[in-house]
Amino acid sequence: MPDADVIPFGAPGDPDRDAGRVALGPSKAARVVGNTGPQPTGPVVPVEGRRPVVEREPSAAGVVGTHEVWTDDEIPEGEGWLDFVRRRMAGDYGVDDFGFDPELTDKVLLSVLRPLYRSWFRVETTGLESVPSESGALIVANHSGVIAIDAAMAQVALHDEHPAHRHLRMLGANLVFQMPVMGEIARKAGHTLACQPDAERLLAAGELVGVWPEGFKGIGKPFSQRYKLQRFGRGGFVAAALRTKSPIIPTAIVGAEEIYPMIANAKTIARILGLPYFPITPTFPWLGPVGMVPLPSKWLIHFGDPIPTDHFPEGAADDPMVVFNLTDQVREQIQQSLYRLLVKRPSAFG
Amino acid sequence: MGRTVLVTGVSRYLGGRMAVLLASDPAVSNVIGVDVVPPDLAIPGTEFVRADIRNPVIAKVMGEAGVDTVVHMGVIATSKQAGGRSTMKEINVIGTMQLLAACQRTPSVRSLIVKSTAAVYGSGPKDPAKFSEDMEPRHAPSSGWAKDSVEVETYVRGFARRRPDVTVTNLRFANFIGPHVQTALTAYFSLPVVPTVFGFDPRLQFVHEDDGLEAIRTAVLAPRQGTFNVAGDGVLMLSQALRRARRPTIAVPGPMFSAVGRALSPRGLADFSAEAVRYLTFGRALDTRAMRRTLGFEPSWTSEGAFMSFMNRDELAPEADVA
Repeated sequence: MPDADVIPFGAPGDPDRDAGRVALGPSKAARVVGNTGPQPTGPVVPVEGRRPVVEREPSAAGVVGTHEVWTDDEIPEGEGWLDFVRRRMAGDYGVDDFGFDPELTDKVLLSVLRPLYRSWFRVETTGLESVPSESGALIVANHSGVIAIDAAMAQVALHDEHPAHRHLRMLGANLVFQMPVMGEIARKAGHTLACQPDAERLLAAGELVGVWPEGFKGIGKPFSQRYKLQRFGRGGFVAAALRTKSPIIPTAIVGAEEIYPMIANAKTIARILGLPYFPITPTFPWLGPVGMVPLPSKWLIHFGDPIPTDHFPEGAADDPMVVFNLTDQVREQIQQSLYRLLVKRPSAFG
Repeated sequence: MGRTVLVTGVSRYLGGRMAVLLASDPAVSNVIGVDVVPPDLAIPGTEFVRADIRNPVIAKVMGEAGVDTVVHMGVIATSKQAGGRSTMKEINVIGTMQLLAACQRTPSVRSLIVKSTAAVYGSGPKDPAKFSEDMEPRHAPSSGWAKDSVEVETYVRGFARRRPDVTVTNLRFANFIGPHVQTALTAYFSLPVVPTVFGFDPRLQFVHEDDGLEAIRTAVLAPRQGTFNVAGDGVLMLSQALRRARRPTIAVPGPMFSAVGRALSPRGLADFSAEAVRYLTFGRALDTRAMRRTLGFEPSWTSEGAFMSFMNRDELAPEADVA
């Protein structure tokens, strides 16, 4: 029965990471006990928090990737939803240093998104063999659809369809973390601020990191510009991949452009609300909440061939020319992939 | 001959325990405790000096005793402790300036250890997941204890430049927690109904009181130049902490949070200042690699374990309380 786990982070041999492993000590013991007896929900005696030095494990034995830390078989069989809710209410679960709550993500957040993925958008995912099963990689994709449903669908695709059930750790704009509810859910789903230190920390820890370098320019573009890639930020994501020698996986997502066809942008309302844009679609805001239902377009997601970054010399991340060229290469590959997928798709709602 | 250590802020819980801990150390032969008010109880093995900040008596004491190590723990976190914000600011900033002036004049001083706080990083939506020591705050604190600590650190850096022969160790602690220590945050967790900011769940990090004191002792015994974050491993979400503490909570929209908080905390021990509200909205976590690599300190409690020991404080056998 899973006690609260501290999920290890940091590169192999990183003291931070070692510490995370060690902190698992008492919880593991508790888990073994818990499997044979009732769930220990009472207050834990303070000695449990004290880390016995003898239980220190070598970091080489450490597993990489949160999916291995919290797999389905660790969640006790026969734990009904009532027990699950009871355990959650007792605070008996673990989060990593980023606030990622793998249990909540697997059991609740992804379950909410899954019907959208399977039945509403009928997403077809290809090229998953490009995504490594254990090591870190940077997923770079096009952004569209007014709200970041495309990012959420990529997360479902990688978790449900990839053999290693990988969690996608996305890098989001600070606006996301500034908004109530949205910011809280984003943190719990494993996402963090798009900044160099966080990107490198996640990649170095062997995580799958997702970036949408077009940002608001991509997601808030008018319908007339669908599938035209916008400028790719300032190439910060490429520098992070270079520094950690992680492969870049150019990813194309087709379908999100049609869910909310944005025919106009109400700039004044956006300014009043402090938002980067305020969408006007054929149904929103005219039909109120009904207008917020996304149109059921047909989606295709393709993970392209990885672009390796480990052959670049040390310090390439500080060479702007290398960064620009690599950024262009990624952008070009995504654009080509988008065209191919669009040809393949019979119709926008087919 | 052992070390002669001067500890400021000894009349409060952590300072008092620090003085006792150092007095019992074989490497330390003499401990001098300084504070603006006398301690409630005598501190065994420590010579107490009541020093007023307007009085250069510390310099005289330091020179006569041949102090070689100064542990500055005299920065106060809440105005309640000082009896007003202006007194608090005076004790924190002017007091530090006076102490540093005395250190500069005392040739025997070899090392200075400052107990600072991670609050100097501020908190906000633009923060990286973990702050390392070289990062600039993205949302610099603008008031209260955090602002005082930023100013204290500025003066400490100035002192380090003027006395390059002194090893200056600046320790930025996560929130202290444990069975005995009382802070604004422990008061917050002890409220009958705990208000939270609606739609936000900050990541909190703690350092157990025993670990915090051990970290300072490590720095006293083997001084290391530089700034170090000190925190227990891992983070605890506020919601998770409150669930474990089995506290009734009430989610309050951000703009009303501090007013509701103050109403729920009639004795005013919990802090609902602008800076505290930002912390309870966005949280903060520290990168503690330098603490292990350079300072050579290994905490024995995780953030979670430290919080548990605070929660279960009533079940503990009462220990002999010092100071």
